[in-house]
Amino acid sequence: MSYQWNWGIFLSPAASGDSTYLGWMLSGLQTTILLSLSAWVIALALGSLMGVLRTVPGKWLSGLAATYVEIFRNIPLLVQLFIWYFVLPEVLPFGLGDRFKQDLDPVTQQFVSAMVCLGFFTSARVCEQVRSGINALPRGQKNAGLALGFTLPQTYRHVLLPMAFRLVVPPLTSEFLNIFKNSAVCSTIGLLELAAQGRQLVDYTAQPYESFIAVTALYLIINVVVMTLMRHVENKTRVPGYLGGK
Amino acid sequence: MYEFDWSSIPGALPFLWEGMKVSLEITLSAVIFGIVWGTALAMMRLSPVKPLSWFAAGYVNLFRAIPLVMVLLWFFLIVPQVLRGAFNLDPNTDVRLTSAMIGFALFESAYYSEIIRAGIQSVPKGQVSAASALGMSYAQAMRLVVLPQAFRNMVPLLLTQAIVLFQDTSLVYVSALADFFGAAYKVGDRDGRLVELLLFAGLVYFLICFAASQLVRRYQKKLNAHVAH
Repeated sequence: MSYQWNWGIFLSPAASGDSTYLGWMLSGLQTTILLSLSAWVIALALGSLMGVLRTVPGKWLSGLAATYVEIFRNIPLLVQLFIWYFVLPEVLPFGLGDRFKQDLDPVTQQFVSAMVCLGFFTSARVCEQVRSGINALPRGQKNAGLALGFTLPQTYRHVLLPMAFRLVVPPLTSEFLNIFKNSAVCSTIGLLELAAQGRQLVDYTAQPYESFIAVTALYLIINVVVMTLMRHVENKTRVPGYLGGK
Repeated sequence: MYEFDWSSIPGALPFLWEGMKVSLEITLSAVIFGIVWGTALAMMRLSPVKPLSWFAAGYVNLFRAIPLVMVLLWFFLIVPQVLRGAFNLDPNTDVRLTSAMIGFALFESAYYSEIIRAGIQSVPKGQVSAASALGMSYAQAMRLVVLPQAFRNMVPLLLTQAIVLFQDTSLVYVSALADFFGAAYKVGDRDGRLVELLLFAGLVYFLICFAASQLVRRYQKKLNAHVAH
């Protein structure tokens, strides 16, 4: 059995007619990047909010945030994705689900579901990092803030969070890398991101190795680019005197 | 308003249990293989022999940079061909489960290796020096002194990784292999009850993983208390 290599396949016109197979790959890459970045915005915003809630005094709010984390951490990403995409539009009240299904075109539906799913899934992990960052600060910082007459929200805003965020940049880097990798799961609902384009190319061209090698290489490149960028951010935000600091 | 109808679940339980067995089989084999191969990788990574250390670093970094979905697709493409070539299998033999097991095992060992490496490095250097002062070889020091202590500290992390792995097994969906999630999806699709079956699958995963992570947490507390004394 011998395999016929054909790297020229990427330059031949694709079955859809209006582009080459290379064009498919690039559009998949674009979707992967757009999806991951928009999900990251949701994850950071929600995760920070929940992380703060986990550390505030009072059982109610911290219990709520803890439940949130447990739910999103203990259900597989694939199951969460299918629930966002297949279940939620069916059960949403006030006809919201029907409007989601009727007013948005299928590609937008897939993208929105995938983005929200990845965002919430990652926010639970961001929450835990932010919490551990806040808890890593000496207790005196919070007390000093309150003693100076800051309210609790002001203490968080001006004393605790600026330090905590700088401490958690390294662990957030790995969550940021994960969101790109996890975005590949979204190919299962038909969203044409990078992994899905790779599989589609296999179906159309019967050149699986070229396609998978190209997709894998693109994921590696994403990984290297993100790591390089984040290393730069880590160097900028490092706190002198702390572990890993100058 | 959506009307729930849970009636297709009781009859499907035996089928779902068959799927759960597949999920557990993949998890268990990947955990065992992952810890064995992961330990080997970690020791190579820390070894003074440069080519070994480069190989382990390359292996770990490569697998950690690629999405699991892609790794599984690769293994569903390649492993069947290799197995058929090696054992002269009938082309119709279903090797998807074997491919999944091999894929997960090789993928997870990269993650296990990082946990184990950190565990080995957490053992104070003086222990190795003391062992060699007692006349032990490097291998003996590793086996009798360093690894036992490293593993005891690592158990909670290894178990947590096993829970993550159990959740990840649902991704064999990309090969249409009927693990627990695949089985639930099939039943839901067949009966037009996808909403109920997906919610049920989510609940089952949640209960198992939540209970397991609580047990790990309790064990971790016990371990910490023990170390403190």
